[in-house]
Amino acid sequence: MIQTLLQYLQYPFVRYALIVGVLIALCSSLLGVTLVLKRFSFIGDGLSHVAFGAMTIATVLGISNEMLLVLPITVLSAVLLLSAGQRAAVKGDAAIAMVSVGALAFGYLLMNIFSTSSNLSGDVCSTLFGSTSILTLTVREVVLSIVLSVLVVAAFLLFYHKIFAVTFDETFAQATGTNARLYNLIIAVIIAVIIVLAMNLVGSLLISALVIFPALSAMRVHKTFLSVTICSAVLSVACALAGMLISILGGTPVGSTIVAVDALAFGIFTLIGRIKGGISHA
Amino acid sequence: MALLTIQDLTLGYDNRILAEHVSFSVHEGDYLCIVGENGSGKSTLMRTMLGLQPPMAGQILFGEGLKSSHIGYLPQQTPVQRDFPASVREIVLSGCQGRCGLRPFYTAEEKALARRNMERMGVLPLQDRCYRELSGGQQQRVLLARALCATGKILLLDEPVSGLDPQATAEMYAVLKSLHREGVTLIMISHDIAAALPYATHILHMGARAFFGTREEYLDSAVGRRFTQREVEL
Ligand SMILES: Nc1ncnc2c1ncn2[C@@H]1O[C@H](COP(=O)(O)OP(=O)(O)O)[C@@H](O)[C@H]1O
Ligand SMILES: [Mg+2]
Repeated sequence: MIQTLLQYLQYPFVRYALIVGVLIALCSSLLGVTLVLKRFSFIGDGLSHVAFGAMTIATVLGISNEMLLVLPITVLSAVLLLSAGQRAAVKGDAAIAMVSVGALAFGYLLMNIFSTSSNLSGDVCSTLFGSTSILTLTVREVVLSIVLSVLVVAAFLLFYHKIFAVTFDETFAQATGTNARLYNLIIAVIIAVIIVLAMNLVGSLLISALVIFPALSAMRVHKTFLSVTICSAVLSVACALAGMLISILGGTPVGSTIVAVDALAFGIFTLIGRIKGGISHA
Repeated sequence: MALLTIQDLTLGYDNRILAEHVSFSVHEGDYLCIVGENGSGKSTLMRTMLGLQPPMAGQILFGEGLKSSHIGYLPQQTPVQRDFPASVREIVLSGCQGRCGLRPFYTAEEKALARRNMERMGVLPLQDRCYRELSGGQQQRVLLARALCATGKILLLDEPVSGLDPQATAEMYAVLKSLHREGVTLIMISHDIAAALPYATHILHMGARAFFGTREEYLDSAVGRRFTQREVEL
């Protein structure tokens, strides 16, 4: 088995996939806690559908580096969705549901009308579930992914305490002189970047799982924001690595394998949390 | 000059007016208790004073070097916080965030300030504990310590004892009393007027017939007599 693995590692595309996969897993785990606790998870879901719609537009237009179109559209939608949630013209989650389902339908429609490919459902499937795109990255895409990941991690470290303050108690933060609106915006933009990145790894339907599972698992066991953040980052990277290796060796689809490993880890952490809780209560 | 002067404020949302002609002032060392029926706009008044929403009309003036961001605030608890993974220290320290500006980390002074305030509120031994595992009374004291990190001057408290058991309620009032003695100006919303009245120096009664005055004036006034009498009868 090790032999086969080493053999695969000789291929550059496998190495690219592992590097980018690890970086994406790291980034996507960072804002998981914030997403879960701020009830932002539905924004993440909505944005991933927007990203899908944008991807189909890029495909139809024949843009070679799709991220250049998908990224701005997704970031813009994140900003719009967030401000829609704050003004109450259309209730926040209704707006998100509209945008998210709309983008999905629109994207599929576009693909249907304009696609020249003979394997339409295969194309749609791989955009939704990311079945192979991680293994077909070009050098340009790898570099772009690395740059974006570094930016996401840097922004997170720079704004860590502010993200904490705004996530824990937005009202208090705003009242005592923290610009909560600005940091909400920054959080939304980071989420959008993460989603565009993660689309390569797991496809747009499974992104939420990648973002939320590690955070939920870490929250079962750890009690402070710092330890939850670190634990979910480590866990996410470990699960992504394990998932990718399994899928390379077993020929399973990358995205769903990673999410399955994440789900398994969640089960294990829940169990550990129960046992620890049981001991401390006794 | 007063710390805070509220002039002819109109409160409400969109087109709905909750209260009109609200005027009062708060001086250093006051302990103002805001009472009134549910839905009379007490929380709205506090949110407006904090600049979280604009007044529909009227003015809020800050005096004696007070800046709007130098007000400590104890909000009504939101469900999000109930299961938030955070240690007591992390939460108290976040009270210093307003002073940080764009600086990404806390200074040694800010950490010392957080420590002092945890000590003051008696939660220093709990500093590594998880917030969600504390009792209701302990949680409120943690949030008080956080508010004190934002300011040493004036605290706004929105129903600080709601949901606490009788003993924790009594402890909370004692903590507030000692803060008041140390010179912190307090503005507190309470629906349990009988319990809050003994500590307050001033009363603002929100409602159709608003009232503002000292505690003694309130007890003598018609609206105050009706309200307190009813409490006694209950
Ligand atoms: N964000 C909001 N938008 C519209 N109406 C609101 C909002 N928040 C509160 N209200 C309404 O304003 C009224 C007063 O609320 P509030 O100030 O919380 O009263 P109190 O704290 O005195 O019980 C309530 O009827 C409530 O439904
Ligand atoms: Mg209220």
